[in-house]
Amino acid sequence: MSRALLTHNLTKRFGATLAVDHVDLEVHEGDLFGFLGPNGSGKTTTLRMILGLVYPTGGSIEVLGKPVPRKVRDVLPRIGTLVEGPGFYPHLSARSNLALFDAAGPGGAKRTRRARIEDALERVGLGSVGRKPFNAFSTGMQQRLGLARTLLRPHELLILDEPTNGLDPQGMRDIRALLEELVAQGTTIVLSSHLLGEVESICTRAAIINRGRLLAQDEIARLLAPTGRVRIVTDDPGEAERVLGASNGFHSVTRDAAGVALELGGASPEELNRRLVTNGVDVRELILERPTLEDVFLQLTNERGARVPG
Amino acid sequence: MFLVELRKLLTRPRTWVTIALLTSLPVIVAVFLKVSGIGPRAGSGPPFLSQVLGNGALFPVAALALILPVFLPIAVSVIAGDAVAGEASAGTLRYLLIRPVGRTRLLFTKLAITTVFVFLAVVVVAAVGYLIGGAFFGIKPLPTVSGRTIAAQDATWRTAVSVIFIAVSMLGVASIALFLSTLTDSGLGAALGAMAALVTSQVLDLLVAAESIRPYLPTHYWLSFVDLFRYPVLWHDVTRGFAIQAVYIAVFLGAAWANFATKDIES
Ligand SMILES: Nc1ncnc2c1ncn2[C@@H]1O[C@H](COP(=O)(O)OP(=O)(O)O)[C@@H](O)[C@H]1O
Ligand SMILES: [Mg+2]
Repeated sequence: MSRALLTHNLTKRFGATLAVDHVDLEVHEGDLFGFLGPNGSGKTTTLRMILGLVYPTGGSIEVLGKPVPRKVRDVLPRIGTLVEGPGFYPHLSARSNLALFDAAGPGGAKRTRRARIEDALERVGLGSVGRKPFNAFSTGMQQRLGLARTLLRPHELLILDEPTNGLDPQGMRDIRALLEELVAQGTTIVLSSHLLGEVESICTRAAIINRGRLLAQDEIARLLAPTGRVRIVTDDPGEAERVLGASNGFHSVTRDAAGVALELGGASPEELNRRLVTNGVDVRELILERPTLEDVFLQLTNERGARVPG
Repeated sequence: MFLVELRKLLTRPRTWVTIALLTSLPVIVAVFLKVSGIGPRAGSGPPFLSQVLGNGALFPVAALALILPVFLPIAVSVIAGDAVAGEASAGTLRYLLIRPVGRTRLLFTKLAITTVFVFLAVVVVAAVGYLIGGAFFGIKPLPTVSGRTIAAQDATWRTAVSVIFIAVSMLGVASIALFLSTLTDSGLGAALGAMAALVTSQVLDLLVAAESIRPYLPTHYWLSFVDLFRYPVLWHDVTRGFAIQAVYIAVFLGAAWANFATKDIES
């Protein structure tokens, strides 16, 4: 599978601050890639380097097969972006703003501009307020307009820095649906966020960064692989604990009113279930415990002796 | 990109308010002259103003001479100082660069737009000056500063060269402001910086102690376009003025480009 984005030892130093520290990112084509980290961890700086806005102190970047920043102007027309807030002309209407940015660069045919603008506004739910000046927009609407700008022309890669900032829950859901639709149409999306739940719910792959260092990078499913603990819901937790405790090979069995939880060890869930049933314990639910991304994140940051994000 | 920027300039209320303000000073002065009928004594006051009562044809250059020392450079500093820094503080700079608009292209488009503004302002002021001068004082053949009359088409080219000379002087100002505009994210800061440089230059220009550097100050030859209305034309200071501005423009644009092309865009 080819790579939409590769960085190698990517590093950025601001004076004494090491904002990005030897980061190797690998985004596959078709990924909805989550770039996760607390505030100040280096996400924006990394994305700015990928877009040629900030020059790296060290390392290399390849975007859509081209070296950046050297060939950045060849790839930028193929990338749609939202970096740290939308950025529009405050006194101009939403439509004029979009028209202006569309006209400022290559690839936006004038003939189709009106239709493309209407379509983009419609897709982000701003169809009815296109005439309003940007400075009359709420934060959420401004953010939506920022997304509309990335939809004016088709892009192979979208780089979105905290795109759901300032959106209400409904807005977040709308945007997630939109991103999933775009990925289904073949767009690769890199989405930075400090919201673990957001990345967990829509991304296919993710990288976790903290204090400029890459802590993990993998498929979400693999990052959230079962922990090895299993939870059994039953009417008879006492009996369940006795059966499992007596048969050795199970550890850390804990019991509460609704059931028991334990380390699966070498056993399979099926085997566990069979053993309970043959011993007369009715099993209502058997749940393989998966970590949340937050658990993974906290575990990784603690392992490295790093401060837990505040 | 140029057309987009041009549309931004022309649709922006600020552009027209500034030009209206620039025009209002000569208009106010003309009204006072007309009502009182008293002009500055010959050889005193702003250039040409003493002769305007006798001949409205001199009012366009008189009007330009009125706005040249303060109003016009302030307006140019504000426009050029805001050119890059204003985009940075609005958060639009990164979206232009990502669009992509090359950094060099962006910078030179901003310079071109500032040039358009300068010419627009100078031409509007000169045109309004011509209309007001004609209406209030009547148009006659031009007497030169040295006393001889010059014919109408002769006056036209002299006025045209004056307009170009003033515009080029203002491009020197614009280059300084544009350079500062690439250094900061505050358009006001860049404009104030450019104005501070000009005030310093004007003060030094009055100082005998600074005699040795006076001819190299950016403001030194600003009013030399007066020499275009002598007979024969005294070209020396005019050409020196053009040359000095060319150097300032080259140096500050070069510095602006070197800085902007290599800087991290963090706005
Ligand atoms: N121009 C700069 N000078 C000094 N430090 C900076 C500069 N820009 C960013 N930083 C620092 O780099 C780190 C990463 O910032 P950033 O990339 O914005 O993080 P994030 O987007 O993950 O919140 C932060 O500690 C920030 O303070
Ligand atoms: Mg950020």
